[in-house]
Amino acid sequence: MAAKSHSIFDPAIVMPAIVESFKKLNPVTLARNPVMFVTEVGAVVTTVLLFVGDKGAPFGFLLQITLWLWFTVLFANFAEAMAEGRGKAQADSLRNARTQTFANRIKNGSTEKVTSEQLRKDDVVVVTAGEFIPGDGEIIEGAATVDESAITGESAPVVREAGGDRSAVTGGTRVLSDKIKIRITSNPGETFLDRMIGLVEGAKRQKTPNEIALTILLSALTIIFLVVLIALKGYGLYQSVDFPITVLVALLVCLIPTTIGGLLSAIGIAGIDRLVQKNVLAMSGRAVEAAGDVDVLLLDKTGTITLGNRQAVQFIPAPGVTERQLAEAAQLASLADETPEGRSIVVLAKQKHGLRGVELHEMPEAKFVPFTAQTRMSGLDVNGTNYRKGAAGSIRTWLGQLPKEVEAEVDAISSNGGTPLVVATKQKALGVIYLKDIVKGGLSERFERFRAIGIRTVMITGDNKLTAAAIAREAGVDDFLAEAKPEDKLALIRNEQAGGRMVAMTGDGTNDAPALAQADVGVAMNTGTQAAKEAGNMVDLDSNPTKLLEIVEIGKQLLITRGRADDLQHLQRRGQVFRHHPGDVARHLPADCAAEHHAPRLVDECDPQRSDLQRG
Amino acid sequence: MNSSDWFQLLIYVVALVAITKPFGLYLCKVLDTNGKTFLDPVFKPLEKLTYAVLRVDPRKEHDWKQYTIAMLMFSMIGMLFTYVILRLQAILPLNPQHQVAVSEHLAFNTAASFTTNTNWQSYGGETTMSYLSQMVALAFHNFASAAVGIAIAAVVVRGIARHSTKMLGNFWVDFTRISYYLLLPICIVYAVVLVSQGMIQNFKPYDAASIVEPFTTQVPKVDAKNNPVVDAQGHPVLVNQKVDTQNIAQGPMASQIAIKMLGTNGGGFTNANAAQPFENPTPLSNFLQMLSIFAIGSGLTYYYGRQVKHQGHGWAVWAAMITLFLAGVLVCWHYEAAGNSTLTALGVDPADGNMEGKEVRFGVFNSALFATITTDASCGAVNAMHDSFTPLGGLIPLFNMHLGEIVIGGVGAGLYGMIVFVILAVFIAGLMVGRTPEFLGKKIEPYDVKMASIVILVLAWSILGFSGWACLNKWGAPDPVTHQMTDGTNNNGPHGFTEILYAYSSATANNGSAFAGIGANTAWYNVTLAFAMLVGRFAMIVPIMALAGSLARKKLVPESAGTFPVSGPLFTVLLMGTILIVGALNFFPALTLGPIVEHFLMHVGKLY
Repeated sequence: MAAKSHSIFDPAIVMPAIVESFKKLNPVTLARNPVMFVTEVGAVVTTVLLFVGDKGAPFGFLLQITLWLWFTVLFANFAEAMAEGRGKAQADSLRNARTQTFANRIKNGSTEKVTSEQLRKDDVVVVTAGEFIPGDGEIIEGAATVDESAITGESAPVVREAGGDRSAVTGGTRVLSDKIKIRITSNPGETFLDRMIGLVEGAKRQKTPNEIALTILLSALTIIFLVVLIALKGYGLYQSVDFPITVLVALLVCLIPTTIGGLLSAIGIAGIDRLVQKNVLAMSGRAVEAAGDVDVLLLDKTGTITLGNRQAVQFIPAPGVTERQLAEAAQLASLADETPEGRSIVVLAKQKHGLRGVELHEMPEAKFVPFTAQTRMSGLDVNGTNYRKGAAGSIRTWLGQLPKEVEAEVDAISSNGGTPLVVATKQKALGVIYLKDIVKGGLSERFERFRAIGIRTVMITGDNKLTAAAIAREAGVDDFLAEAKPEDKLALIRNEQAGGRMVAMTGDGTNDAPALAQADVGVAMNTGTQAAKEAGNMVDLDSNPTKLLEIVEIGKQLLITRGRADDLQHLQRRGQVFRHHPGDVARHLPADCAAEHHAPRLVDECDPQRSDLQRG
Repeated sequence: MNSSDWFQLLIYVVALVAITKPFGLYLCKVLDTNGKTFLDPVFKPLEKLTYAVLRVDPRKEHDWKQYTIAMLMFSMIGMLFTYVILRLQAILPLNPQHQVAVSEHLAFNTAASFTTNTNWQSYGGETTMSYLSQMVALAFHNFASAAVGIAIAAVVVRGIARHSTKMLGNFWVDFTRISYYLLLPICIVYAVVLVSQGMIQNFKPYDAASIVEPFTTQVPKVDAKNNPVVDAQGHPVLVNQKVDTQNIAQGPMASQIAIKMLGTNGGGFTNANAAQPFENPTPLSNFLQMLSIFAIGSGLTYYYGRQVKHQGHGWAVWAAMITLFLAGVLVCWHYEAAGNSTLTALGVDPADGNMEGKEVRFGVFNSALFATITTDASCGAVNAMHDSFTPLGGLIPLFNMHLGEIVIGGVGAGLYGMIVFVILAVFIAGLMVGRTPEFLGKKIEPYDVKMASIVILVLAWSILGFSGWACLNKWGAPDPVTHQMTDGTNNNGPHGFTEILYAYSSATANNGSAFAGIGANTAWYNVTLAFAMLVGRFAMIVPIMALAGSLARKKLVPESAGTFPVSGPLFTVLLMGTILIVGALNFFPALTLGPIVEHFLMHVGKLY
């Protein structure tokens, strides 16, 4: 089952979270968060004072302060527990995929039945149709269709086969057909699924560098306010004012950055959780944060920037030929062509000229000429006319020469990044079909947005420079790398990193693995090989390379949320001190001052019990 | 707040702007080992000789630890040297007034004070120090502590400007070059200018003048051993003494005053400091002294911008400093000009403002301006009695020190203190715009934030901790039962508290100005203040040096559209906001119990 979002008030999450928020009161766990730890100590102190009394302060006042302090701690715990609970709910749904499975292990030539827990790395197992794959591994023999919906949420089965980029299988998925031999690549408890579950649950969550830096700053402020309050007691005594401890504790909690301190870990967990909702599993919170810092995005052209295949967009007739004639000929030449390009020609002819596609069997006399490596053309022989389409070079060879208008068109299309296909009969060239890479919609606006926040996009493609440049221009990327080999990709990443930039990329093949490992954010496609998944630090369960853009956006939001919470907190808390503090002091002045004190506005406005509570 | 005062403020700011760039450019030459200055013909041979004698290889640079250790060793030995001279001054030459040896705790306090560029004085200069002590033990530190401060600032700037290196310069080279090319030559010229204004420079014994109206006063009776005589209840016995002559202090003042101002030291030759007519003879000398306090600190911001190749950033930092400075001047001036309502009710002309404790020659404006400058810049020289300022007028000097002496600040210390806030500002802003914060191409990482946090922590803990401690103890506070004064303050209530807070603020911030009114020359105050000064200096320099080392090691990240800009008004405002929110507001509760309460009480007729 796919990771899905849970409603905020899902009782299945809220109830355990409430219990958990009390469990988290354990000072040992709370000590990890200095701000909330100080708040809890304050709460304990006021609770004690509640029973022993605090310099004659009214019981109701003490009670309210105490309750507010406990509530502050509990609420912070609750927020963290909620974030963790949501993570757990995701994890549980993943864990369902890991019901007890048995495996047929091949040992010394014979097969034995063992539980999946007993499997060790490098064991070889046989899995037949209907069985669950017992652990992460690599297919070493055979091919099979596998239902990976437990991991990806995608209901359509996928083909996995030995050798090549599609040999990795994940434990907990089910083989639907055929029989495969798998070499197990991980020990139980460290499979891909186990690690993901651990991460999502937040148990193994590492603090990110920014989180650590912020915690340091917050701790420093907390320690400063401790001395502020301790000194305040002394200052008061000097002037014969004995501030009640409860008031000082309340003031302390109001000064220290409780909001951000309480929510910091929840924000971190939420970052991973939000990625899970997008069906992306991050190996660490660090990776999510790195995504927010990325300066350069490396995007594969095919699949990320363009739709998978080129499509026909225009018929350009040769002199003396009408566009409709060309369309007819092109349609005939492509009737039997089942490639996506061929089908797109038929579709274009139908859309632009209303030509109905004829089925091949309606023309018994027609003879299909398939594409061969020698002729590099395909077409149809019907009624003695040979319709052919192919690259300009092959048609030129076939006809001897091409009209110069046609040659001009071919060059024009090439230089625009398109692919020209020339259509001809034996007698003459009829015209050119303009095949084009179709850029996915909305991308250039998205790239524009990235540019505004300082992120550069680089397109990677195996195409020649001319084609690459044209597509880059249309998609609105900042730069491109044409005729790219995997080594080039790695070199490019190293180059950018040497310049101090952080790089994000996607990849799926084993040959992408070095680059994925080198990149600061490497998003592996779930359909990719195990090597690719191991090398990256995120896995996209939907195998959608465009999602890299969303990952960067989430990372950025994570950083911003934390920054804003901190900032707001500061302003708001400090503002409160400005408003209320002078009032407190005036009230606590020694009797001899107060008697002469005729600043009634200050004294009257300052009902300290009330103003302290507003702060709690 | 009349127009001539406004005009004078304008002239001051214009003059400051005018000298900032020349000073900055000159600093670039001085702080570069191979820099060429027009003084090379005179000082280059001396510089080379110094290196030869010290066996220093000027080409060999230090990493931050070596540099810090060299600086600490130098300061420690200098402090010991001063302590010894003060203890032995009675038997040393140049002591025409036959001053006795300085007591252990006062010598310790004074040695710490001058070593740390604080120049807190628990003594009256003309009644305690021999000429030799003034010239050798104290003036030496006026030069040395200033040079150390500038050297540390240079290291921090190098830490930002350099990348992928551990090396930050050579302490001995920096120290020598700053002394020879910057401090000495300027002070020689400056001292001559001050003499032209009537400042004295001699080794004569003090003059005695017959006063026009002899009077009788009561002084504590002392026995043969110079110990005070007490009666049965333990109160000192007082005897009448007729006063008909006045001692006029003499001495080599001009040479001391020049470096006292230029090096933001502030330790007065005489007890009255810059209010004494010999130490500050004319309005022009007053103006020059104020300008020289800010001169190097202001120039350093230009040097900073130039070195990190981002002059706009240098000016943005300067602008934040000057804005805070002007705000301080205006508030202080406003409340001093407004005067004391209680005295007005008794018939004092409100147009005079608050003239209590002010030198009539300087008046309200020049006292307020001087007080703001001297506390902004960690100088600590005073030309008026801060204790006698109105509560909110007196809050400004206190507040300036709580900022951490970063408004221009002490020479060097102001800049490196400010850079800590710049880093925190960039860190907070970076989180707000959603990037790991980077500052001039360097990523701000947990280690850097940790070091910056320690700096803020040290300031708050030292000021609040020591003053809280003093308030709770018999040695620092009035007896809680009888309200009798003990050794400490002469006032009680919020004003007495302000005096204690001011003392530890001044010591920790290495300012050295005294609110006064507090009898600080006791063993407890001398020792605790000395520790406050040492902590405020060295416990800040060490993490700042570590920060510089960490910044220098980092790789350079290219600036992208997402980098938060560190110049322009937005940055200046953000920087000031960070200073006020992260720094100054830590002291707000304390200020509330002191000057702010006192202000409200003043308006209902209760004075302290």
